[in-house]
Order: sequence, then C-alpha cells, then structure tokens
Amino acid sequence: MAGECSDRLRVPPMSERATRRTIILVPYLWLALFFLVPFAIVAKMSLSQVATAIPPYVPTFGLADGPTGWLAKAREFSLDNYGVIVGDRLYVDAFLASLRIAAIGTAILLVIGYPIAHAMARAPERWRPILVMAVILPFWTSFLIRVYAWIGILKPEGLLNELLLGLGLIGAPLAIANTETAVLIGVVYSYLPFMVLPLYAALERMDRTLLEAAQDLGCPPWKAFWRITVPLSLPGIVAGSFLCFIPITGEVVIPDLLGGSDTLMIGKTLWTEFFSNRDWPVASAVAVLLLVILVGPIMVYQRQQARQMEAGR
Amino acid sequence: MTSPRSRLLDATALTLGFAFLYLPIVILVIFSFNASQLVTVWGGFSTRWYASIWQNRQLMDAAWMTAQVAAASAAFATVVGTLAALALTRYARFRGRTLFSGLVYAPIVMPEVITGLSLLLLFVSLGIDRGFWTVTVAHATFTCGFVAVVVQSRLVTFDRSLEEAAADLGATPAQVFFRITLPIIAPAVVAGFLLAFTLSLDDLVLASFTTGPGSTTLPMRIYSQVRLGVTPEINAISTLMIAAVTVLVIAASLATKRSASAH
Repeated sequence: MAGECSDRLRVPPMSERATRRTIILVPYLWLALFFLVPFAIVAKMSLSQVATAIPPYVPTFGLADGPTGWLAKAREFSLDNYGVIVGDRLYVDAFLASLRIAAIGTAILLVIGYPIAHAMARAPERWRPILVMAVILPFWTSFLIRVYAWIGILKPEGLLNELLLGLGLIGAPLAIANTETAVLIGVVYSYLPFMVLPLYAALERMDRTLLEAAQDLGCPPWKAFWRITVPLSLPGIVAGSFLCFIPITGEVVIPDLLGGSDTLMIGKTLWTEFFSNRDWPVASAVAVLLLVILVGPIMVYQRQQARQMEAGR
Repeated sequence: MTSPRSRLLDATALTLGFAFLYLPIVILVIFSFNASQLVTVWGGFSTRWYASIWQNRQLMDAAWMTAQVAAASAAFATVVGTLAALALTRYARFRGRTLFSGLVYAPIVMPEVITGLSLLLLFVSLGIDRGFWTVTVAHATFTCGFVAVVVQSRLVTFDRSLEEAAADLGATPAQVFFRITLPIIAPAVVAGFLLAFTLSLDDLVLASFTTGPGSTTLPMRIYSQVRLGVTPEINAISTLMIAAVTVLVIAASLATKRSASAH
C-alpha cells in the first residue's frame, strides 16, 4: 500500500513510466490478440454459410472490402446456423445434458472433496505440504491417461466387474462403460484436485479458536460445523465449484472415451461438427451459444479470484 | 480438542480419497508390465511393451515434438504470466484493468473447445500456416493465466521496501527487477514454468485445433490409438510419462525448498 501512495504523490520519472507501460502492455496485447480478438472472429464465422471449399465457409466481410463492401456483405449475414441449432433436438439435448452432467458432477465433487480438504486442513502441520503434494501429483500426470485408465476398469470384462463378480456381489457384469454414469465417474476423478485445493486453501486459513469458543459455549460439533466452518469456507466452495463446473460443461475427452455414442455433450458435438462434418459456421455458432451460457459463471469465478488475490495482500 | 471419532472420520476421508486418486494410476502402471496382450488378465511380468514403443517411430517423433512445444510455450507463458501478475499486484488502477484481469483468469476455466476453435479461426484469417508455432502460441495463451496465479500468490507477500531501498540507492528499474524482484519470486516463477510445461504436454484439444500436417503431438497420437481400444503399449508410454512428471515435480519441490531455506 505504501508503494501506491508514493506512486501518486511523486511524479514518476521517465524510466519508471516506461517500465509500467511494458509490464501492463505486453500481457495485455498478447491476451487481446490471442484470446479476445479470436472470439470476434468466431462470432463473425457463426454468421457465415458453410461451403465445400478450403477453408470450408463463405467469407463474410474482410477489412479490405471498405465500408460499402461491409454494408453489402452485412446484408448476407444470416442467423441460419443459430436456427439450425435451436430447431434441432440433438443440439438442445446436448446443451441440456452438458449442463446436467456439469451440475451433478460438481455436486458430487463437493460432497467428496469437502471431507478430504477438511481432513487435510486438520492434519498435523508438518503433514500438510505432503498431503497437498499428493493431491496435486495426479493432476500433473496426463489427463488423457487418467481417463484412459478408467476404460480398463469400467468395461464389461474390466477390473471392477471382475472384482464384483469374484466377490459374488453381482451375478452379471454391470454395464457402466459407455453410460452417463461412466462420464460422471471420469469427471469426478479428473476434477477432484480442482475442487480439493481451493477448499483446502479456505479451510486452512480458518481461525480454529472460533470452533473452540463455540464448543465452550455448548455448541455441538455438527452445529459448529454448519454454522462456522461451512460459512467461512464459502469462498473456497464458490471457487472450487466454478473451477469445476465451467470446464466440465465444455468437456470433450471424457464423454468421448467413457460415454460412448449414447452420451451427447456439447463440447463433443462442437468437436464432431468441426472435425468430422467440417461445418465451421455451425461449430462457431455452437461455441458462441456455449460462451453465452458460460459468461455469467466465468465472471463470477473471475471476480472471486480477483477478490481472493486482493485479500491475500 | 479433536475427538477420536472425528479423527477416525478424517483418516477415513483421506484414505478413501487417496485410494480413489491413485488406484487407477497404480493399476495402469502394473498392467504396463503385463506379458499378455489382454489388458485385464495378468500373463506374467514382461518389459516387451517398452521395447515396442521404443521402436515406434511415429510415437517417438510425436514425443519429441511435444517436448519442444512444451518447452517453448512454457517459456512464453512464464514471461507473459509473470508480467501479468506484476501488473495486477503492482498497479491498483489503470485503464481497462477489469478487462485485463478477466483476460488473465478466463483462459483457466474457458472450455478448450472454444479457445481452440477461436485460435484456429484467428490463424486461418491471418493466413498463418499451422504447425509448431501455432500450437506453441495456443498453449502459451492457455497456460499464462496459471503462471500468473502462481506468481501472484508469491508477489502479494513480497516486501516492497527492498525494491524501494535499491531504487533509492540508484538502481535502475531493470536492475531492481533482475537483482531484487526476480530472485525473490524465482521459486514461484519456476513452479509456474513447470505447471505450464506439464499442461502443454498434456493438452489434446488445443493442439488438435491449431496443429498442421507434420506437427502431431503425443496426446493426439495416444488419443487416436485409445479410440481404437486399450493396448498395453499405451499403458507403457503412460507409465513413462507418469515417471517423467513425478521426477520433475519432486526435483522442483526439492529445488524450491532449498532456495527457500537459503533465504
């Protein structure tokens, strides 16, 4: 804070202003060019028509056309691609299924992740870095490989069925592979570190004397948990939930490898439109709609993240 | 104050949680040493699958390509991400700061299909040939937000009086940065680089969208093989990747611990 005040009081010398400009502008320009501008191109593409050409679309307008050219091309804009998507049950179902799987998955992650994070935060202090490392380590190993590992476990002649059959718990192999259940297992498995770590960060910071005070005043432990621990860990709950919910909604690999052909998710649909059908305009329209759905959650997440960083200062 | 019952609950949560996280990986590693072609029936110990991937030129080329992309993109992401972290922690107000912080954090959660498609369309409309550099730029854009978060968490606990002292003694801003700031935040910068490196190694979706002929990465190769079915060869290459990452992570944590105790 002291640095900020002195910044404002004295006139910064040339070199300091140049430093400031470099520090802000380099990442700003990079992200604007490679993250912000491309969205505009996607939006533009979603208004074009598909064509059998390379690249496979009829261009809308280019910068070289000039204002009159733009006006003429603007009349050719069409919302056909959006009409196709909204009018087709397949796309609507895929959107709904993605949101459903992301919501259920996030809820399961919260229920499984909370006890783990809670136990980590209460472990002896010298154990905590090792436990954090143990949660992070699977996250560092390939996502694709971790999803792949579940194919061998879940398929009809896989290890889970062999184990259950061997124990006599089931009479016939369970059909888990290529169902929504398999997708949920894959989602929960892959995203667990993303849920546990923000929860742990919030729970570890918590002032434990509050719980002692509650206990001294005769509050039973479960009530203290609901009225003190849970509200204080709310930032972690929000961060973890959004960190999981948003990417799960657009997930491609998990539904493709574990969900089979029956599970439609919108990320996979976009992937198929683009790579198999080579329909770039419809793929772009799907991307725009997905972005519209997710922009609210993304803004909540971003604000939470920024606030947490401010609080740490 | 923790009762035996709650301690039992904690122990159960940790045991089940870690079993869930590690069992699939352990099973995968065990079956990579399976002599049998079948992935779920044990046919004796063998290293034949390791020998066979060694001879698989396509796989080896893809692995080399992936390592190069990961190194280059992590280098870019580290520079961009560290600068972004500095901008967000040091300058409380500048024009477009809200948009800026959105641009830094959003790529972390943005579904990769959206980022991938939009970057591809950017490269197409700029008329850039797709290949090594387009994948590298895509990965750097996706990972620099992670670097920024890691570096930022170190910067917020940074004692700025050290920088002010150096500046008062006549150090130029560049000298202050390279001789004071950078050494202090170095562990976080290294951690950010490694995170960006492994995220790039791992990425399938962005690479599929932004790559061109001749620049197939390892995850793309693995993906196309996995879709054809589970083979012990994939278990073997997975095991090698897991071993490489584990060694890297442990080395990095030892290095940061040493540098932390040196200060």
